[in-house]
Amino acid sequence: MKFLPMTVLVAAVALSACTNPDRFGADDALAGNGNPNGGVPLNSIQPGSANDPASTAYFNQTIGDRVLFEVDQSNLTPIGRSTLDGQATWLLTNSDYQAVIEGHADEQGTREYNLALGARRANAAREYLLSKGVPAGRLRVVSYGKERPIEICSNEACYAKNRRAVTVLAGGLTS
Amino acid sequence: MTFLRTASAIVCACALALVLPTGMASAQQGPLRITIEEGIIQPLPFAVPDFQAETDEAAQLAGDLARVIAADLEGTGVFREIPSSAFIAQYTDFETAVQYSDWKAINAQALVTGAVSVSGTNVNVKFRVYDVVSGTTLGEGLQFSGTTDGWRRMAHKIADEVYSRITGEGGYFDSRVVYVSETGPKDDRKKRLAVMDYDGANVRYLTDSSALVLAPRFSPTGDRVLYTSYESGFPRINVLDVGSVQQRVLESAEGTMSFAPRFSPSGQTVVYSLTQGGNTDIYTMDINSGQSVRLTNTPSIETAPSFSPDGNRIVFESDRSGSPQLYIMSAGGGEAQRISFGEGRYGTPVWSPRGDLVAFTKQNAGRFHIGVMRTDGSEERLLTASFLDEGPTWAPNGRVIMFTRETQGEDGASSLYSVDITGRVLRKVATPEGGSDPSWSPLQQ
Repeated sequence: MKFLPMTVLVAAVALSACTNPDRFGADDALAGNGNPNGGVPLNSIQPGSANDPASTAYFNQTIGDRVLFEVDQSNLTPIGRSTLDGQATWLLTNSDYQAVIEGHADEQGTREYNLALGARRANAAREYLLSKGVPAGRLRVVSYGKERPIEICSNEACYAKNRRAVTVLAGGLTS
Repeated sequence: MTFLRTASAIVCACALALVLPTGMASAQQGPLRITIEEGIIQPLPFAVPDFQAETDEAAQLAGDLARVIAADLEGTGVFREIPSSAFIAQYTDFETAVQYSDWKAINAQALVTGAVSVSGTNVNVKFRVYDVVSGTTLGEGLQFSGTTDGWRRMAHKIADEVYSRITGEGGYFDSRVVYVSETGPKDDRKKRLAVMDYDGANVRYLTDSSALVLAPRFSPTGDRVLYTSYESGFPRINVLDVGSVQQRVLESAEGTMSFAPRFSPSGQTVVYSLTQGGNTDIYTMDINSGQSVRLTNTPSIETAPSFSPDGNRIVFESDRSGSPQLYIMSAGGGEAQRISFGEGRYGTPVWSPRGDLVAFTKQNAGRFHIGVMRTDGSEERLLTASFLDEGPTWAPNGRVIMFTRETQGEDGASSLYSVDITGRVLRKVATPEGGSDPSWSPLQQ
């Protein structure tokens, strides 16, 4: 799982919504995960690779598959809403895909409460995507509470990344 | 696994003729008795010499039984074992009168003697408890019959009997704990259900780790376990028969999540949390018909429900006030009374089997605690403190609590701990792997 700095995510999302034919190459350069000079020849795009705008890899890395939350909160942040705008646009364009939105919590808190809190977070992301027109039947939610941390230190630097809702794609041509 | 069958093979408590030691004329100083509620400052010194082996085949068991009994008693913190190296008298014959002066001289206040015979796979154990200070037997001698593979249970039953006679409390050693056995790093943790004797012996795995499993809870008779499984990709409550390991899913509607189950005292009803549209409320379900009833209906989180022992009320956790706190409502739902008012956040309340206390997890100022309070919220006492303590479960006698302790940082791991309700005796429970989410069985029959 590649983790993008927030500022880059925002830029990538903004770009992904436009119709600039060079956007794939530009995104790549912004995301810092490829050609540092920017621009990948279109004929070099491998289906399913991160250069393929209809791929899961593209969704995860360039659109951004996750939104983060403040301590004990399930309200979407401005950055989170921006990421979800990108997800909504992508999901409407790539209508073969379904998604399960996974809600997570940091390790502070009891197992049961964190399951419920993760569900709130996943649901907040789902509600936002629904408000942008993504059909309800394509979006399911699940909470893992504090059971699936991606960062394992016991301080805020890790906790901030673990308090998340991740849109996990299923279906599509390349999954 | 033949554990349950072994249990039923034990013919319990045939009273032996009470053999009064001759010449017991020492002054009575009142019966030997420890009161646990007051907190034990000076553990009571006791001796358990190796049992007499009445047959050659019993030689190993004669020592093993005494060691398990001693470990049970010592583990309570109420008793302190006097090592055999200090003994003056060599105990060799169950029927020979005890020389109290030999045991008084080493400051033993209680003495447990026994004898064991083995014939094939059959075991017969008898024992007596002596009040050394008063120079009398404490209660009658008893004997148990069973099979060799059930010998630890026989030891636990004897220890329960000794504990009860001296403390006046019910015992808890002949009990089991179902828990989640854990391996692997924090970001790739594998979990599976396991059941063991309360002291960590005889671990048996009930599931594999192919799907995430959480928070198993014993039924009131110890024959079944409720737990949460992600086998379907979404949290669902399963019920598992401990003997056969057969399991089935308690179905809930598509798009919902169900978790945090517990049995009612009758064993017929499950109380649990169900999440729909991001909102978590408390429901009950008839375990046979699958018929469910919604007990709470608020936009806040309601979870971690636990029945009172009489089945009339439910204590649970809710953040309706803005932070997680403890509430009590009728078993049919309706208005709830908040009972937690201290600083911090409260969760995972569990009603004690005696009905007098609620154990809980408390999070305050960056630390976690296991605590108890009366059911009206008064007399809150914190028993532990660490980076992360959570999920208390009560011993069958309501005097000891087991819980999960997780250590901090990248190598953080979970272990089971127990603490008595005075908070003085904190112990790690040895498990082969990491452990979390313990649930204590009732005393076995």
